[in-house]
Amino acid sequence: MASRQHSSSNRTAFWQDPDKRAIVYQVISLGIVLMVGYYLFSNTMANLERQNIATGFKFLDNESAFEIGESMISYSAADTYGRALLVGVLNTLKVSFIGIIITVILGTIIGIARLSSNWLVSRLAAIYIEVLQDIPVLLQLFFWYALFYQFFPSPRQALKPLPGVFISNRGLVFAVPAHHPVHFYMLLMALAAVVGSYFLRRWARKRQEETGKYFPVWRVSLLLVIVLPLIAWIAGGAPTAMNIPVLRGFNFVGGLNISPEFTALLMGLVLYTAAFVAEIVRAGIQSVSHGQTEAAMAIGLTPGQILNLVILPQALRVIIPPLTSQMLNLTKNSSLAVAIGFPDFVSVANTTINQTGQAIEGIALIMAVYLIFSLTTSVFMNWYNKKSKLVER
Amino acid sequence: MKKFCTSSIVVLIMLMITLPSLLWAGETLDSVLKKGFVTVGVNGSLFGFGQPDEKGVWRGLDVDTGRAVAAAVFGDASKVKFIPLTAVQRFTALQSGEIDLLCRNATRTLSRDTAMGLNFVSVNYYDGQGFMVPKKLGIKSAKELDGATICVLPGTTTEQNVADFFRSHGMKWKPVVIEQTAQLSKAFFSGRCDCLTSDASQLAGARAVAPNPADYVILPDIISKEPLAPAVRHGDDQWRDIVDYAVLAMIDAEELGITSKNVDEMLKSKNPKVQRFLGVTKGNGKALGLDEKFAYNIIKQVGNYGEVFERNVGVNTPLGLKRGLNALWTKGGLMYSPPFK
Amino acid sequence: MAVYDITEDYQDLKPPVINTGVIGWLRNNLFNTWYNSLLTLLFLYLLWMVVPPFIRWALIDSHWASTSAECHQSGGACWSIIHANIRFIIFGFYPPAEQWRPLTAMIILFALLMVSRNRKWWSRYLIFTWIAGLVVMGWLMKGGIFGLTAIDSSQWGGLPLTLTLSVFGLAAAYPLGVILALGRQSKLPVIRSLTIIYIEMIRGVPLISLLFMSAIIFPLFLPEGVTINKIIRAQAAIIMFTAAYVAEVVRGGLQAMPKGQYEAADSIGLNYVQTMRLIILPQALKIVIPPTVSILISAFKDTSLVVIIALYDLLKTTQSTLSNPKWMGFSTEAYLFVALIYFICCYFMSTWSRKLEKELSTDR
Repeated sequence: MASRQHSSSNRTAFWQDPDKRAIVYQVISLGIVLMVGYYLFSNTMANLERQNIATGFKFLDNESAFEIGESMISYSAADTYGRALLVGVLNTLKVSFIGIIITVILGTIIGIARLSSNWLVSRLAAIYIEVLQDIPVLLQLFFWYALFYQFFPSPRQALKPLPGVFISNRGLVFAVPAHHPVHFYMLLMALAAVVGSYFLRRWARKRQEETGKYFPVWRVSLLLVIVLPLIAWIAGGAPTAMNIPVLRGFNFVGGLNISPEFTALLMGLVLYTAAFVAEIVRAGIQSVSHGQTEAAMAIGLTPGQILNLVILPQALRVIIPPLTSQMLNLTKNSSLAVAIGFPDFVSVANTTINQTGQAIEGIALIMAVYLIFSLTTSVFMNWYNKKSKLVER
Repeated sequence: MKKFCTSSIVVLIMLMITLPSLLWAGETLDSVLKKGFVTVGVNGSLFGFGQPDEKGVWRGLDVDTGRAVAAAVFGDASKVKFIPLTAVQRFTALQSGEIDLLCRNATRTLSRDTAMGLNFVSVNYYDGQGFMVPKKLGIKSAKELDGATICVLPGTTTEQNVADFFRSHGMKWKPVVIEQTAQLSKAFFSGRCDCLTSDASQLAGARAVAPNPADYVILPDIISKEPLAPAVRHGDDQWRDIVDYAVLAMIDAEELGITSKNVDEMLKSKNPKVQRFLGVTKGNGKALGLDEKFAYNIIKQVGNYGEVFERNVGVNTPLGLKRGLNALWTKGGLMYSPPFK
Repeated sequence: MAVYDITEDYQDLKPPVINTGVIGWLRNNLFNTWYNSLLTLLFLYLLWMVVPPFIRWALIDSHWASTSAECHQSGGACWSIIHANIRFIIFGFYPPAEQWRPLTAMIILFALLMVSRNRKWWSRYLIFTWIAGLVVMGWLMKGGIFGLTAIDSSQWGGLPLTLTLSVFGLAAAYPLGVILALGRQSKLPVIRSLTIIYIEMIRGVPLISLLFMSAIIFPLFLPEGVTINKIIRAQAAIIMFTAAYVAEVVRGGLQAMPKGQYEAADSIGLNYVQTMRLIILPQALKIVIPPTVSILISAFKDTSLVVIIALYDLLKTTQSTLSNPKWMGFSTEAYLFVALIYFICCYFMSTWSRKLEKELSTDR
């Protein structure tokens, strides 16, 4: 019996052995993927060669010969395509970064408003969430952009809501402090204050765990962040010169200019994404049962402590993962800038493709840049998940 | 799993819908004849050149050029399919064979004729790039535009021309780029930019529809040459000839005085040029591989160049363009057809 | 027992007038604290600032069926732009004589959706009805057989195109997504990594880059002379994109399955296909119905991006109307109208999904 069983398992047909079958499946699927890939690749190469289309990334070093409306680094038509694309990446990052910050703030406010005991506020928040979620973001962008330049006057009749602030169909222009070396030191001090607060927080937490004494970290940190740059400013001679925008020739010169395209894009993205963030925040807060709050009150924590030590750590664990994916969505949706003329990365890449005719390289670049954004975000997510797991005891 | 079956059936349906549109092109004329229509890439949102009207019927100078090719090939100007394309898509659509012919106000340039694998045929509209500004700015010349914000279509020769112009005069400018012509001119009229730059024909068109046309002036400076021509794929000479002579037939007909109204009477004309042109004397059609009556069909169904021009962009249309460079060579323009013999 | 008596006593007492009726409701819901009162007043003021002028603009001073010239002279909303162009906005290039076909197809689609709303109707037959419905819709749109003239898909436009892209998009993306999700949970490393690469790559890039790819470089992938219609290519891009998101949703459902389910299936000797088909998927897919509906909603909204590659969907037909010199300048009215259509469709789906979520969660 035993020997027969042994021999039969030896003679198990190849296709009945799960391990070997697994290998066969994988080889076949990999083979299919490679073959399809090769087929498409060879077709593409043949097509490119037949039609005499240039390939490779050499065009990045060529002169771009087109202007870009707004740029965070110096750029002119005499610069290369590479630099033009870099301008695009920075613009995408700018709109996404500012957009994310405002979205989180606005979304949180609306999310809390949705839970407000005030019937009117809660209803309005609900209407906001429902309406803005259900209209395509592209349509919203078109709408805001059209409204923007139909509604506001030309620079010569610009609205002046505050001294030094001008609103026209060229965007929002406002006075900023004139450039002075002390600003750099103020920035350094602010950074130092942030780092200092981080260590202060660690120290305070440790002390609280050991001795039970409470230290008002938030208030002290806030004080640090305000006072330290202020000291630098006074030490630098307290410069008060302002760079005030003036109407010269066609447009305002000086000051800081925020273009209508940027504003429309930012508004569209923020208002749309905030509706989703509000739902996430609402769900996060509701996920913490009321019993937790009552228990915290029972052991005599102050409302601030309850929020800080009981509700937020639990709610955030529910909020952060979907919130990150919303942030990523906002970044990806910023590519719709191409439709309303803000020079984000896709828009610049689009122009580049059109001028060089190298579509494959251009689209590969678009995909690569967004993939890098999302991979960075996933790395952060993994880090956060690990961290929030460690907190769980 | 039931869902699975559902969905696989859906995929099958999708394939069924897809398959008829998979077709082998090979030689362009053969494939066009086989599928029964000409596929023409057009602008889609450029009034007077390529845009659907309220009923969804395509209208425009470029559109009629496409119809002329269909009339030449099939004897039926309606055997044509228009595909609206963006500026970025237009050349790849042609390269890949998605369209047989591109009539999308594309400027003929050396690099497009060579490195992009295209062949342009005879020009169907001579244009040049200009600037339009609000009258109240009091500007007389484009050289006074230093520091201006300029509305421009992205990724076109227009954008490069204006960059070149400002660089060569050491002036600064700020672009506002929007890919849709209508939105771009709307941005200009609402004051988003100080200046709108585009081909002169489009500027005139934009001005015609402005809330108050008298408030805007088109500056005298023309900073570029823009010969707008239909394009075909590189390497198919027969198809290139067909498209070329379809365009030229409209021009020659105007010169010969043949219109869609009088074309039937003209068949009886004693003029040997007219006889050859309309295929009464045989030879031209065979040489192109078309019906001998191809020119007759174009003129009968689409009209001569003058008619097409006046119908789509002429003085009685909202665009209100004068013939200018696009008049016949006999009237001081550039429209000149080689003899049809 | 004593407690019971006390409550009975209290039942005889009526609550004070100030806590009941309209006043009580106002007090409890709008003016319960000083800052809530402040908020209420603030928002009432804001509403007063916004709503009456809007109603004045949209309803009182508005034009509904006038010419564009009359519209240009008045300060109110010009709904005439919708009235004059409704056919093109809704149906695009579809031949007017055959317009009843997309209309019937849309009615069938809405009827099917209404029927599927009710869970009582969920059965095998509903699935067959859907298949039949989709076939009939495809036939109506495309024609070519059984006496209908063939309408090339390049002539589809407007709302039918938007609906086609989203409905067929999800219908095809769903099985693909399920396969991808199974691949991602697979024990075979090569298959797992291939699917992970696919899913993460697609989810990492914006839909617009896939649409660009389909519109611009996909034709270069094909051998010389083979072309695929632009609409089909865009549809393929939407399917590829949606499938990756479906895969992630289904994966959530698969992960929610307790291990015991797999072990039980193994112990009764089911093979992989049987385990998935009979045990795991029916349960996992049921859990993920609500998030699948929200994918349908976003797929529906995302189809509007085909504007950027010049397909004449609902949004593009509207914009095309706006670039007609006669109707330039009425973008607010036109966009509000399109927004309303999108809103109605999405609201319908999202309320349904919420209802479903409630029902399904009480089931368990």
